[in-house]
Amino acid sequence: MATKNKKLSLKDKYQYLTRDMAWEPSYQKKEDIFPYERFEGIKITDWDKWEDPFRLTMDAYWKYQAEKEKKLYAIFDAFAQNNGHQNISDARYVNALKLFLTGVSPLEYGAFQGYAKVGRHFSGAGARVACQMQSIDELRHVQTQLHAMSHYNKHFNGLHDFAHMHDRVWFLSVPKSFFDDARSAGPFEFLTAISFSFEYVLTNLLFVPFMSGAAYNGDMATVTFGFSAQSDEARHMTLGLEVIKFMLEQHEDNVPIVQHWIDKWFWRGYRLLSLVSMMMDYMLPNKVMSWKDAWEVYYEQNGGALFKDLERYGIRPPKYQDVANDGKNHISHQLWSTFYQYSHATNFHTWLPSAAEMDWLSEQYPDTFDKYYRPRFEHWQKMQDKGERFYNNTLPQLCQVCQVPTLFTEHGDPTQLSLRTLEHEGERYHFCSDGCCDIFKYEPEKYIQSWLPVHQIYQGNCEGADVETVVSKYYHINIGQDNFDYVGSPDHQRWQAIKGNRPLGGDDDSRDAA
Amino acid sequence: MSQLAFIVFQDNDNARYLVEAIAEDNPHAEVQHHPAMIRIQAEKRLVINRATVEEKIGREWDVQEMLLDVISIGGNVDEDEDHFILEWKN
Amino acid sequence: MSIEIKTNSVEPIRHTYSNIKRRFGDKPASRYQEASFDIEATTNFHYRPLWDAEHGLNDPTRTAIRMADWYAVSDPRQFFYGAYVQNRAKMQEAAEHSFSFCDKRNLLTRMPEALQETLLRLLVPLRHMELGANMNNSSIAGDAVAGTVTQMHIYQAMDRLGMGQYLSRIALLIDGSTGEALDRSKTYWMEDVLWQPLRKLVEDSLVVKDWFELTVLQNLLIDGLLYPLMYHKFDQWLAEQGAEDVSMLTEFMRDWHAESCRWVDAMLKTVRAESDANAEQLQRWIAHWQPRVIAALQPLANASVGVAALDEVVGQFDQRLKKLGLVAEEVAA
Repeated sequence: MATKNKKLSLKDKYQYLTRDMAWEPSYQKKEDIFPYERFEGIKITDWDKWEDPFRLTMDAYWKYQAEKEKKLYAIFDAFAQNNGHQNISDARYVNALKLFLTGVSPLEYGAFQGYAKVGRHFSGAGARVACQMQSIDELRHVQTQLHAMSHYNKHFNGLHDFAHMHDRVWFLSVPKSFFDDARSAGPFEFLTAISFSFEYVLTNLLFVPFMSGAAYNGDMATVTFGFSAQSDEARHMTLGLEVIKFMLEQHEDNVPIVQHWIDKWFWRGYRLLSLVSMMMDYMLPNKVMSWKDAWEVYYEQNGGALFKDLERYGIRPPKYQDVANDGKNHISHQLWSTFYQYSHATNFHTWLPSAAEMDWLSEQYPDTFDKYYRPRFEHWQKMQDKGERFYNNTLPQLCQVCQVPTLFTEHGDPTQLSLRTLEHEGERYHFCSDGCCDIFKYEPEKYIQSWLPVHQIYQGNCEGADVETVVSKYYHINIGQDNFDYVGSPDHQRWQAIKGNRPLGGDDDSRDAA
Repeated sequence: MSQLAFIVFQDNDNARYLVEAIAEDNPHAEVQHHPAMIRIQAEKRLVINRATVEEKIGREWDVQEMLLDVISIGGNVDEDEDHFILEWKN
Repeated sequence: MSIEIKTNSVEPIRHTYSNIKRRFGDKPASRYQEASFDIEATTNFHYRPLWDAEHGLNDPTRTAIRMADWYAVSDPRQFFYGAYVQNRAKMQEAAEHSFSFCDKRNLLTRMPEALQETLLRLLVPLRHMELGANMNNSSIAGDAVAGTVTQMHIYQAMDRLGMGQYLSRIALLIDGSTGEALDRSKTYWMEDVLWQPLRKLVEDSLVVKDWFELTVLQNLLIDGLLYPLMYHKFDQWLAEQGAEDVSMLTEFMRDWHAESCRWVDAMLKTVRAESDANAEQLQRWIAHWQPRVIAALQPLANASVGVAALDEVVGQFDQRLKKLGLVAEEVAA
């Protein structure tokens, strides 16, 4: 037996400490132990070729993660003890957090369970371990987000029933259906959807500008959880790239399947992130960068480098990338205009951009803002000045796939709403775009199942027939507290009081139109 | 087309040493300071060497310690006990 | 006046999230509560899983156990992620110290070769069982329907990976990190008749579909019998053979098992108390699996501590089951 102890190389050590613990079963059939690995048509000939995306053993994982958590919770404690919420730029900022907590945090939980599932079901032990680590990380993310928001929830409205709302509120079916779609898919599609398309290609657009935005708006708690979570994200991104390369290298028959998934999940992710676009351009009182700039840096530039790298496997950039690139000039304005009209049915407030903010938007969007969007906001401002704050009481048409109201415009023609319809087995379905319509066509049996909030209200499945009852009873949105315009809201009044300004009257006349 | 490999750190004390080491080992890299974060990008390839970081930080340093401060990366990862490389290969 | 307003504006307008208020009343909540309860989606799922058309996502019927509210099961340790990793970081620091101590002083390599071989044959192959336990717990974390339940199982899954890694490192200490001892140890797991009943049991557990049956099998029955046998009885036996230094390297497992019993017991008590139907179902699973677990451990006992020690372990385990309101299946070891 060897007597000399030499220090293991990281790679060797990791092989011994992970996949070498696995064995070829002989008492049960491999396909019974791993029943979900084949049905998607992905061919894996040799799991030994799996490259571990990072090589953390559990001892190192516990050590580093504990260090991160210790730092993080020290800051949460300090933030709460010092009433850190009083130091943010403006209370309007908190509405971005409301959107985040109800829209994103529950997805982290879904990711936790999704990765736990695939972390059990790949027959390659290296891939399993990588997925399990991501699984427990995702649990970390939902929990640290809940803890970061805990203090805000004590001082602001709209954060109080995030999980209940996530399952029910109309616009939250956008993120929810996105994750349900991934979790109900097979394990390889799940990883393409979440690890690659979401974590690798798009997550920077969510976290980096959002966290910089938090930093710019004095929100220490969110910056801290965000950056702490992102330090896990670097590992997740590596997994995302490795899994794609692995599938592509394993068998040429995998290429068209993966390409289809990349097309689908790029588009799904792009639609989901339209919520982030309005957050960046409209909800941050101190702006960091425009959605357009963020899209250019984090998608066009990074994505360009990535898809060039993947060319060698026969992968091309996602279909409808050109539509998304064109949309960078429009979607934030179109989204915010829509949410402005439906503020009576959301758990966060909306408001009209100030004159200074509109000037910033003109500067950032020289080709589109003044031409297409400023007039709309100025018109609503006039109405609001007259005490006729505009609320739209007609329920919107939702896209059957992404579930965003069909509010987007045609590629190249921002005056024309983009609508597609399709008949399937005698039913007519509506879509916001060719991207979503294609996704439906490929798997109609999946998307006919969509739980579309507007249809559900009409069918009487939401505890009431009128919007007000649905909003209060079914959604748990506290009317007059969580919803309506920011101006005159209880959040606004409390903020004025904090800042020592004269509180506005609670009987503010700007939101009587609901 | 330009292909930038990049790494982004939280702007904190650890990161200052890391950034210094990376700038030294990657003369073609550009360091950008953003609110609360530092982004380093370089055409095609970016390398972090353990030896250089140890020299800057004045103690033993495990490449994996980087995981505490990193926010985002771009490029294929190649990691062993002596270095962490981000690279676009095509 | 303005000072008064300032004071009022610092007063919170609520103490906690609405879901926590509904459960525990309108008062400040613990971090464990806010991070654990009601965080899993319960309704309005969009699509049925392609991999299991019989069930929906987050479907409570993936187990035969019925609970009006799965959040009745909670963690007596109150572990949320931050508390969990900080606890384990402390445990690993102690373990690291022991491994480095053994390494520096060559405590394993200076043992007689036959004794080293005993470790490779009888102790180190448990790393494979740990990997099976890791998979089982990850599976449960993916299938269970309440945040309080899922998180305990993902912690358990990661713990098992960690303990498998510690066991592997024992062999790496012996072979000087060539991996040669690990390969030999794995051959025992694959081929030695001694291990085949346990390997079969682990493989059988990997095809169990009902997630609560799986937690009963893995976390109650296999662990509840294997850990006392291998990490207490067998550990003492090793000491008698002159391998007392190994104890340092398995201290983590003893501490871990003592802790793990607390939440496993709490979970089973709650589930059993819910209904007679649950109690009967648990009893059926125990009746089915317990004799198989004992039989799988017999060759290991025969080769080391003897059958009387296993009987003692079984007796103690029966006491544990009784305390949980469950009856042990009548089997002689």
